[in-house]
Amino acid sequence: MTNAWTDIKNTDLVVVMGGNAAEAHPCGFKWVTEAKANRGAKLIVVDPRYTRTASVSDFYAPIRQGTDISFLNGVIKYCIENNKVQWEYTKAFTNASYIVKDGFSYQDGLFTGYDEEKRDYDRESWDYVIGDDGFAVVDPSLQHPRCVWNLLKEHVAIYTPEFVERVCGTPKAKFLKICEMIAECSTPTKTMTSLYALGWTQHSSGAQNIRAMAMLQLILGNIGVQGGGMNALRGHSNIQGLTDLGLMSNLIPGYLNIPTEMEENFGSYMSTRQFKPLRPGQTSYWQNYKKFFVSFQKAMWGNAAQADNDWAYDYLPKLDVPSYDVLRIFELMNEGRVNGYFCQGFNPLLAFPNRAKITSALSKLKWLVTMDPLETETSRFWENHGEYNDVDTKSIQTEVFQLPTTCFAEEAGSLANSGRWLQWHWAGGTPPGEAQHDTWIMGQIFVRLRELYRKEGGAFPDPIVNLAWDYKDPGEPTPEELAKEINGRAIEDLRDPTDVTKVLVPAGKQVLNFSQLRDDGTTLSGCWIYSGNFNENGNNMARRDNHDPGDTGAYLGWTFAWPLNRRTLYNRASCDVNGKPWDPTRKIIEWDGTKWSGFDVPDIAPNAKPQDVGPFIMNQEGVSRLFTRGLMRDGPFPAHYEPFESPVDNVINPKIRGNPVARVFQNDVSQFGTSAEFPYAATSYRLTEHFHYWTKHNRVNAALQPEFFVEISEELAAEKKIERGGWVRVWSKRGSIKAKALVTKRIRPLMCDGKAVHVVGIPLHWGFIGAAKKGWGPNSLAPFVGDANIETPESKAFLVNIEPTTPPSEVVA
Amino acid sequence: MNMELSRRGFLKAAGAGVAGTTLGAMGFGEAEAAVLAHVRPFKLTTTVETRNTCPYCSVACGIIMYSKGDLRKGEQADIVHIEGDVDHPTNRGTLCPKGAALKDFVHAPTRLKHPMMRKAGSDRFEQVSWDFALDRIARLMKHDRDANFIAKNAKGVPVNRWTTTGFLAASATTNETAYATYKVVRSTGIVAFDNQARV
Ligand code: SF4
Ligand code: SF4
Repeated sequence: MTNAWTDIKNTDLVVVMGGNAAEAHPCGFKWVTEAKANRGAKLIVVDPRYTRTASVSDFYAPIRQGTDISFLNGVIKYCIENNKVQWEYTKAFTNASYIVKDGFSYQDGLFTGYDEEKRDYDRESWDYVIGDDGFAVVDPSLQHPRCVWNLLKEHVAIYTPEFVERVCGTPKAKFLKICEMIAECSTPTKTMTSLYALGWTQHSSGAQNIRAMAMLQLILGNIGVQGGGMNALRGHSNIQGLTDLGLMSNLIPGYLNIPTEMEENFGSYMSTRQFKPLRPGQTSYWQNYKKFFVSFQKAMWGNAAQADNDWAYDYLPKLDVPSYDVLRIFELMNEGRVNGYFCQGFNPLLAFPNRAKITSALSKLKWLVTMDPLETETSRFWENHGEYNDVDTKSIQTEVFQLPTTCFAEEAGSLANSGRWLQWHWAGGTPPGEAQHDTWIMGQIFVRLRELYRKEGGAFPDPIVNLAWDYKDPGEPTPEELAKEINGRAIEDLRDPTDVTKVLVPAGKQVLNFSQLRDDGTTLSGCWIYSGNFNENGNNMARRDNHDPGDTGAYLGWTFAWPLNRRTLYNRASCDVNGKPWDPTRKIIEWDGTKWSGFDVPDIAPNAKPQDVGPFIMNQEGVSRLFTRGLMRDGPFPAHYEPFESPVDNVINPKIRGNPVARVFQNDVSQFGTSAEFPYAATSYRLTEHFHYWTKHNRVNAALQPEFFVEISEELAAEKKIERGGWVRVWSKRGSIKAKALVTKRIRPLMCDGKAVHVVGIPLHWGFIGAAKKGWGPNSLAPFVGDANIETPESKAFLVNIEPTTPPSEVVA
Repeated sequence: MNMELSRRGFLKAAGAGVAGTTLGAMGFGEAEAAVLAHVRPFKLTTTVETRNTCPYCSVACGIIMYSKGDLRKGEQADIVHIEGDVDHPTNRGTLCPKGAALKDFVHAPTRLKHPMMRKAGSDRFEQVSWDFALDRIARLMKHDRDANFIAKNAKGVPVNRWTTTGFLAASATTNETAYATYKVVRSTGIVAFDNQARV
């Protein structure tokens, strides 16, 4: 989230698309209700299903899953054509005026530079014209035909209301009504917020769904303001934190990158990370990259990371592919090229697409280690459960360790919520049996492994035996020790560069925040963006002052938000070019002639003159991007592509299947179905009574929603002679499941490109272990392909067939 | 009625939550007496309170856990009740049907209690000791890493990749767990590293 849950009360219009907050985030959705009750805010829901969020909306429109970009590009076109643009904001705070290189174009559904063989673009032309002074060339009048604004106008021209109706199945009148409601938020005193979740991410064009809305929010002037923003509701309680801390193939904590093998040494790694400003006087905060990187290396390897070994640069792994994400690793596993696997609180057997392939892959492992507070299907993937898990146990040669961990109630530490608040919690219960903290398990595995390498040597022991692990009990680092290391400390006295007699931070003391980190090895910090979380003032994540001066919803005294306790990102953009709030009734911060101050921590240097320094300080431009240069693999503007399995062809270019640059493994090509064989458009979703596959272990929730079902329209039920509550078989090219049929009015057939499209909804909370009845989930059917930029599987749009059937053999009907 | 009394203080004093509805009709004293006569003593009076957050979704509602026994004093602590934290700015005491049933997660019959091992080809888990499990895991890791670690690529550039073992981390663990996990996993050269943010 750019903003916070408590900030939603400040909005005038809530658009829920790609999410279902009333069911999936009920207590956060309360702030939508507040905005409706107290400000007269309106709620729009666009979803294939008439969800519970839709049931309390002011306006609902259906959409076919996987076509959100067409819808949003259509809204952008409407706003531009009807002059519903926050012009001052768009001109000053976006790259609308930047001139783009002549080579760049878009034709027949593809951008310049496409290589069909490689399924990739040469992105060389997707960039600005750079002038002799080294800065990007701009035309503030927006007259230049090659400026971003005019290219954007051209790009969205095809997304007419008729196009939207044809592709999305959204009736034209409903689409136009939504355009009108959204367009009202182009005035400086009306704001709209976007709430989205996995309904936008789980697509082969997932990242571009979000971009399209971000662009709309920018031209309406809704980023950085109260009640505005791009608000990813997020899923798990610490999904934000795990991403921030970089527990991904290609990340270092704080959104730094693991090197690729092209970056042979530290010099070549840093050469592309200078981040020189692209316009005069801009902050381009990533210029500090080296300070954060070196401080991280010091946190990892202490004294073994020195200037003369390039801060142990060679200790880091270097990637030969963009990332070893879960789809790639399960592909490799299925080819027999992976021997060992750890699942720490993760149930891939029910979470990853094409379950048959996941089972086959896990069966080829030599060993698997799981760590969970609860049983998982993954840890018992080898166990035969009849139709529900029909495996040949004997033939599976995988050695499995199932390690019991504590749960939330038995451990202390912090979690980052969707609003980036790092909230500390305390242990209150005794763990059952021999269950142990995850930190204990990781500590125990590490000290044992280190001991083996110390004693026996082996393959490059250096990064293991030299890992900084000076915790009081190396077998179990405490949450406080770890949180302090994340914050960072001075290794030597940090002196004031302007007066070396002055010590700012004595050696061994915590730094105040990341502004004190250095690139000369005198500081360490595990994750720079979190720095400030636990400094000499103590554990700021444990703060519990719930006062809210100005009634803005900021709650600055409550826990700690990264970065620097800032609650609304880009909040400098809540003021005009001269530093005055666009809407004085919704002031966040303000320029008083000499400095910025207000109800939130300013997202700008406190003394940065508003006329000189742009609000988007992380970007080299100082402004936000309507055109992303080469930063995304599938295009600098979002463009319509169908899901890989779609009931209709891509109307822009029928030859293009799915996202043209999404990675597809050879083995999976034959596993995509066509609409001839699989006519129905399936999607997956969650229920308010369940959380993933955990709550089925819990008797209360298992009683509330005991049994797996699929949801279909009355029309489809009639067509296929499916009874209410009767058993159906649903199958895709990859698998087959049985479920009770929930026949509802919440799903209606959509008319797309002249044909009726039936939607099949598949919730995901059932498996073969726990207190609820046995069942399946959508992952038995979903395709093994991901988003082109981040490889999130396309679990929200795929094709199935459906027919009435008999109950599973174990079930007494 | 003393309006200064906090909600929870009131409940403790009144003896039971149901007293509230009859107050107006009967007067405080009578209601209290009537309620105490037929309702068991308020179950939270002798419990220890601990602040926590709901572990499910990323709204991260504040909760208060009530235990018999005080963990901080080294006692056996049994969680007997969990409710919303009224002081929390986001949820202000409310919980959804998931958070409201958290106690049953803590005490679920399928909570794991002992390290278990399934041997190759076996149809069952067998209980093992922590020492056995951890020593064996460290040995399996070293064996695979030593056999398959890629120290240099064809050009002779140090790449330090270990691609034959992978690690899926959990986005329901704390930041502190995640950071400790990061250090251990990265130090080995594992590149197949991911978490639920991917899916
Ligand atoms: S108990 Fe269920 S129906 Fe009642 S308020 Fe809570 S969630 Fe709603
Ligand atoms: S109580 Fe419900 S809304 Fe609150 S954090 Fe838990 S799951 Fe989310």
